[in-house]
Amino acid sequence: MFGLIDCNNFYASCERLFRPDLARRPVVVLSNNDGCIIARSNEAKALGIGMGTPYFKQEPLIRKHDVAVFSSNYPLYGDISQRVMDVLMRLEPDVEVYSIDEAFIRLPMGKHHDLKNWARFLKATVQKHTGIPVSIGLAPTKTLAKIANRFAKKNPSAAGIFVITEGQPLDSLLATVDIGDIWGIGRRHSARLKKQAIHTALELKNCPDAWLRKQLTVTGLRTAMELRGIPCISLEKTLPARKSICTSRSFGQPVHTLGDLQEAVATYASQAAYKLRRGGLRTTVVDVFIRTNSFKKDEPQYCSRRTFTLPAPSSHTATLIKVALASLEAIYRPGYRYQKAGVLLNGLVPESREQLRLFQAPTPRAASLMKAVDDINKRWGRDTICSAAAGLSREWHFRQMKKSPAYTTRWSELPIAKASFPESFSVA
Amino acid sequence: MNKRWPAKKTSSIKEIFPAACGTSLPRPLFLSGVSAGFPSPADDYLDRKLDLNEHLVKNPAATFFVRVAGDSMTGAGINDNDILVVDRSLEPCNGSIVIAVVNGELTVKRLLKNKNSCRLAAENPDYPDLEIDEETPLEIWGVATYAIHSL
Repeated sequence: MFGLIDCNNFYASCERLFRPDLARRPVVVLSNNDGCIIARSNEAKALGIGMGTPYFKQEPLIRKHDVAVFSSNYPLYGDISQRVMDVLMRLEPDVEVYSIDEAFIRLPMGKHHDLKNWARFLKATVQKHTGIPVSIGLAPTKTLAKIANRFAKKNPSAAGIFVITEGQPLDSLLATVDIGDIWGIGRRHSARLKKQAIHTALELKNCPDAWLRKQLTVTGLRTAMELRGIPCISLEKTLPARKSICTSRSFGQPVHTLGDLQEAVATYASQAAYKLRRGGLRTTVVDVFIRTNSFKKDEPQYCSRRTFTLPAPSSHTATLIKVALASLEAIYRPGYRYQKAGVLLNGLVPESREQLRLFQAPTPRAASLMKAVDDINKRWGRDTICSAAAGLSREWHFRQMKKSPAYTTRWSELPIAKASFPESFSVA
Repeated sequence: MNKRWPAKKTSSIKEIFPAACGTSLPRPLFLSGVSAGFPSPADDYLDRKLDLNEHLVKNPAATFFVRVAGDSMTGAGINDNDILVVDRSLEPCNGSIVIAVVNGELTVKRLLKNKNSCRLAAENPDYPDLEIDEETPLEIWGVATYAIHSL
């Protein structure tokens, strides 16, 4: 048996954790740059606030219903996510962290006589320990567990738990699942399948194998087998090695000077270098790209990218900044309002497998310098030490007008527990 | 990298960078130092260092730190601006110092409960206790286990 544990409205639930006053108020969380709505509490969903819709379009609705709005606070979400996963790992030996708010588990056959009861216990424990509500779907395969989880969430009567047992007839249930909602069937495939009159999970399940393999390759066949209750996708407990690292963001406001772009690109390059070191990796290929806002049709458009291959793999911030800035200078054209810039690292190799060079000695000093910088930033907070090229004012920095405190990761921003009664309370 | 020559437009090579020739290649004679002193007599008896986290935090995933604002709990040794270690995994029982949700705010109080009544008590005579009944449902956020107080 497999299980999918999914945090309900994860970002919104994190925002509520230290703000009990928001328990019944609708809550939404905005994307980087406060552009779109990327998380909604159930109350906000009920108001008709759409997922991924631009914030400014929903502003009247948000104001009318006194919706609490937050900029995304990734340090908080990351910390809470880790806590949820830690609780699961203490209770279950086989856990695959699937995303920031989802985890698969594998339950050995016959370990739990009463699956529903066990799921209830898991759910209650995560909720109590971390304060985050979760939904749990259990089923014989991962794909079915995903579907079970949807039912756990959508049916109020399920109370957050839905179990599909081995051999249970599923056809009537699968007939209600849209093809686009099946795990592993992407938007392109689902559009193509719908053209061929396959609209539901049931219809997909009943397609002949040869046809499935031809239309959707072996991946699609695997999905159909999983819908039939035959496990084909196993638990992945080690993360697949990263193939690339990208740090890019839209600017808070359009940027036109080379100076501002340089600060942004230097910032992204140093963030990317940090990600490399954290993963024990080095890069050989540094890509830099810039582009204007393609939605503003009336403005002149420009976008460009440039690839630089390093003579030897590196995760040294200064080296990466240097090559990134050289590339930026080569592609920068004045007279445009730039909306986005980014640094993409490819050709990643593990630190441990570095090929030594014939004409250059290894530079242990650079590595120890980077380690010292990382240690300091880890201890005293991000950007305690940063490269001057990344700038200090960062006027191009993305907007985060409504960010909540880093409750769990900064001493100066701990949640407050009152030791005084609010005035409205009468003497007992 | 400061010098580069633009190549012809038709060529697939966009720019040519001159090779850097100024680097030296120092060769270390020994990679690690040789210890020439006497071995410490304590070497065989080394113990691990004490970690305060281990003492204060029993369940890291469920433990949060909160800062105290106010002096209603001074009698319990909890002062304004102290940091409380709060373990959400613990069951609150009679006498526990708890973080409770009162009027939508996190509030630190002592939980006093028996068969007939339940109270959130202050530890300072200047502050009243709060009686809990059916009309004021009690929500306990977590149980405080230690107060970290700067002297």
